[in-house]
Amino acid sequence: MGLVEAENITKIYSVVATKVSKDYMAGEIAIRALNEVSFEIEPASFVSFVGPSGSGKTTLLNLIGCLDKPTDGKLMVAGTDVLHLDRKQSASFRGNNIGFIFQDFNLIPVLTVYENIEYPLLMVQNIPGGERKKRILTMLEAVGMIDQKDKYPDQISGGQKQRVAIARALVTNPKLVLADEPTANLDHKTAFLVLESMKKMRNEFQTTFIFSTHDQKIVGEAEIIYSLEDGQLIGKQAKGGKKNG
Amino acid sequence: MGNLFKIAIRNLRRYKRRTLLTASLVTLGVVFVLIFVSVTGSFKSMMIGQMTDSMLGHLQVHRKGYLASIDNLPLNLNLKMQAYKKLEGILNQQPEVEAFSPRIKFGGMFSTFVETTNIRLNGVYPDRELKTVPLLPSRVTNGTNKTLEKGEIWIPELMSKSMKVNIGDTVVIIATNKDGSVNGKQFKVSGVLESATGPGGRDGYIHIEDAMEVLRMEEMEVSEVAIRIKDFSHLHSFKDRLGGLLSGELNKQGMPIYEVHTWETLSPFYNIARMIDMMAFFIKLMLVAIVLVSIMNVMIMAVYERVREIGTIAAIGTLPGKILSMFVVEGFSLGLLGVIAGNVLGMIIITIVNLSKITFSFGRQTGLILSAKVVPVDMLVISLIVIVISVIASLQPALKASRMEPIKALRHV
Repeated sequence: MGLVEAENITKIYSVVATKVSKDYMAGEIAIRALNEVSFEIEPASFVSFVGPSGSGKTTLLNLIGCLDKPTDGKLMVAGTDVLHLDRKQSASFRGNNIGFIFQDFNLIPVLTVYENIEYPLLMVQNIPGGERKKRILTMLEAVGMIDQKDKYPDQISGGQKQRVAIARALVTNPKLVLADEPTANLDHKTAFLVLESMKKMRNEFQTTFIFSTHDQKIVGEAEIIYSLEDGQLIGKQAKGGKKNG
Repeated sequence: MGNLFKIAIRNLRRYKRRTLLTASLVTLGVVFVLIFVSVTGSFKSMMIGQMTDSMLGHLQVHRKGYLASIDNLPLNLNLKMQAYKKLEGILNQQPEVEAFSPRIKFGGMFSTFVETTNIRLNGVYPDRELKTVPLLPSRVTNGTNKTLEKGEIWIPELMSKSMKVNIGDTVVIIATNKDGSVNGKQFKVSGVLESATGPGGRDGYIHIEDAMEVLRMEEMEVSEVAIRIKDFSHLHSFKDRLGGLLSGELNKQGMPIYEVHTWETLSPFYNIARMIDMMAFFIKLMLVAIVLVSIMNVMIMAVYERVREIGTIAAIGTLPGKILSMFVVEGFSLGLLGVIAGNVLGMIIITIVNLSKITFSFGRQTGLILSAKVVPVDMLVISLIVIVISVIASLQPALKASRMEPIKALRHV
């Protein structure tokens, strides 16, 4: 019964959270970072979680990204119940299904732009050379970084770094991309350019994008906005239609 | 694997100064050990060669119980003719044996007609003795330097100097045989033997038939049979085999007739050789400590400095085993760098040492040239030690990195 339901759900949703809670221990005191949060995210959505600092945005993204496990509730990501994955299975699941974009870009400093994008294909998915090169060049072209491919991260700007991070997140053809405050370290102009890049990629590759932000100017770029406050989901706002193709 | 090496080398280049310092430390360690092992190894081999090839032979066979009384040179513990012939027959059948030489060893009085002193003598067949201990002629500093004829004697250098005996002089040897009968015989000095360290290093030599005559032996009785084998590295296996063959030979009381000893039980230098080996072992231990501490230190720092990077690669799906491999390969590469540089530098220094022809003294032997020789096996062993220890030293930090929770690592500041 449960399995049938799960299969039906995976066909429709990228993420299904049912009464998901997360407690942290601060010394001997348990702090509830998320309190019975429930939502569904459809494939190829461009979703933002908004809320002030400490509202639980990052905690939620960490749970969806299988970097952490909920204390209570049920969480299905890309059709998989991630609650029961062990350490190795989680890593493998992340490598094959989820792309990450970090606030601080988190590029590997000893690798060039090309090699940073190549890293997950080579070290995680073991994609053969020819196919790898094709995918990397497609991504570099898509994010407009083809001319910078031989530069190291310290030789490019913040906006360029985030575009490389987007390419790295998407090169593995993930089912969803998680971006925690992806524009926090960028000026507004660059932030919008990065968001445009993300939208463009969503349209091109039909990937679900979930990002967190507390920057109201950036929030407006999302198509679905979930508001969080004190660990609780307090609202959902859909803006316009989802673009397809 | 190539990609792991690429990332490892890039990371090592990232902290050039630290990498250089650590690699230099490993290099210095390898250089010191290589020089020490090659110099001491060559010294040891040379000394063992000197002893076995100019005095002792590789092995000796005695009558059972002889060795316990060897300092007295007991004539009543000689091998009888029948026992010697049996031994000769067995030795002739062993393909490992290159040569063997029967000896009659006895103590006697050495007289120049003016002065008298005591002397230890070896009665030998010169041709067989020179095949068994081929460096013996090189110790003859004065005289014919080729062979020993009947009626001739080679005397130790010390005796020649102290008693002012020269080549061509006539001397008398007086000895007591096993029955207590005293006899004497005149000899012509035909050689002066340079002293060598070890038992027998100050012995004189006469022809075995002269020894029989002095000791009034009607039938030859042998104190010892020195044996030279073709391959010195098979010494112990041959000794065991020969010991096994001879253990079956029993006397009328049912006791073994023979005892077999390698040079190691016959020469006190063996203890020095053991000490050299021990020192080499401790030097290698120091190298292990240097490599372990320096590489572990660097790798712990590397993990500490790259926590967020570890978090990133873990988050994007790198398996823990691959993260472990990354850091192990980095430590391995650092060790390998030190090994390559150390071996090259070590070889250069050893070549310089050899070209400098540094001399040293050992016991009464002076002017020995320090000839450091690198044995490929030593080089391989030292290199392997460093590489294995580098990997072991990297394991703990690498394990730490691979077990990091990505979420905590990503939060690291």
